[in-house]
Amino acid sequence: MIAKRTNRREFLKAAAAGAAMLPLPAIAQGAAGRVVVVGGGFGGASCARFIKRLDPRVNVTLVEANPTFIACPFSNGVIVGLRDLKEQQFGYDKVGAEVTVTISAGTAVDAQGRTVTLANGTRLPYDRLVLSPGIDIRWDGLPGYTEAAAERMPHAWKAGEQTLLLRRQLEAMADGGTVIITAPANPFRCPPGPYERASLIAYYLKTKKPKSKLIILDAKDAFSKQGLFLGAWKALYPNLEWVSLSKGGKVTSVEPGDMTLVTEFGRHKADVANVIPPQKAARIAELAGVTDRSGWCPIDPVTFESKLQQNIHVIGDASIAGAMPKSAFSANAQAKVCAAAVAKLLSGGKPDEPKLINTCYSLVAPDYGISVANTYGPADGQIKDLGGGVSPADAPSASRQAEAIFANGWFKTIGAEVFG
Amino acid sequence: MNTTRIAPVGALAFVLLGAASAAAAADAPPGAMSCSGCHPSGRGVDSTVPRLVGRNPADIVTAMQAFKSGQLPATVMDRIAKGFSEDEVKAIAAWYGAQKD
Repeated sequence: MIAKRTNRREFLKAAAAGAAMLPLPAIAQGAAGRVVVVGGGFGGASCARFIKRLDPRVNVTLVEANPTFIACPFSNGVIVGLRDLKEQQFGYDKVGAEVTVTISAGTAVDAQGRTVTLANGTRLPYDRLVLSPGIDIRWDGLPGYTEAAAERMPHAWKAGEQTLLLRRQLEAMADGGTVIITAPANPFRCPPGPYERASLIAYYLKTKKPKSKLIILDAKDAFSKQGLFLGAWKALYPNLEWVSLSKGGKVTSVEPGDMTLVTEFGRHKADVANVIPPQKAARIAELAGVTDRSGWCPIDPVTFESKLQQNIHVIGDASIAGAMPKSAFSANAQAKVCAAAVAKLLSGGKPDEPKLINTCYSLVAPDYGISVANTYGPADGQIKDLGGGVSPADAPSASRQAEAIFANGWFKTIGAEVFG
Repeated sequence: MNTTRIAPVGALAFVLLGAASAAAAADAPPGAMSCSGCHPSGRGVDSTVPRLVGRNPADIVTAMQAFKSGQLPATVMDRIAKGFSEDEVKAIAAWYGAQKD
């Protein structure tokens, strides 16, 4: 690089700053700022910490409603008794050592005045707001499926008490019972999640209640890692039946009183019903005015800034991240890209074109893992898939075992990065 | 530092912010920050996936080439390697190699 001739004024300015002739990075000279991050999951907690690490002078506040985060990845293992819920839980002590952590729900966003109001009455001003709020259930999305219905027919799609409720129901069910899982249309949190859950429940039934059966009623004809799941089910779980959309799998209403799931083609009575309902970006996104008619949040593929409101960024499940799935790995990768962009923007710089990775493991059985791994980058205003794919269909069992081990390693690594 | 892919600004930021902040250096090359989703940044994480921090960049580049060509058996890295050009891999390897614990 050939330095352009420095004029006298620039020289004096640089000398005055004690910077000699070196091109100081903007972060060392620009104004710091105030960043509020709402949502302390794999996206938000990471984003808050990385912004602070990128520019320690930025005032970063992480707002999270719950003092303990309960992770969804691996919670299917809790449902079938392979794991304890405690293994899903993370606290904010280490995060709080780096950034300000406020345990309270965000209740309002003033996008013009640039403030976030919390349930505890605090009003936090921001220069940049990052929303990583996750999902809400669309309680108006499936007739009959109310919050009360979810106490009889758990969704278990937000880990915690719902996870334990489904576990207790499975444990209480007599051998010979029928378990039904309903899977929603796209998009929804964790695309392979319903099928990993079905696999592990089938594993549980096979080992503990072998006369029982499992039916998946699906609002889709295609799903994530489909070939791998169907192949594994055929080999391992003869009592698992997948009913696709075109075979009448779409559930149109539920009747929790008599544990019935209604489709266009008939009625299915369940002993245990796990209804995975339609979803949308969590409420705070709607309040901030960053959701579109789909209920999700359109974003710029370089900065994750909302396409609807300036100075508000959206990452993780709530965002419309093009080809990237709604996964913990995606949220974490997006968090770091967004952190770099926010730090750059606060100091007047131009964010770099990012490249992102997603890797999602699913357990078909405790020692049988499969994965999808892709790279992504911005193109034509969206995040596009740049290549990757799923585990090979003909992989040997040693490879499936290795992927199960890597899956466990991944959970420990991401937990350590985000909360450790 | 003869790693051409690290921009002067990034190198300077490294000096200014110190090693502790280097893991989040502002000018991480595209894709680098995603790796730590599986490759532990810190020590003491119970995972069989190797750390990249402080590793010889040439080793990372060689491994990625072998993953991409299929010479090195892999579960996911063969698929991920296909999404990165040689220059991108070199930049990521140099960035991780320059980091210290």
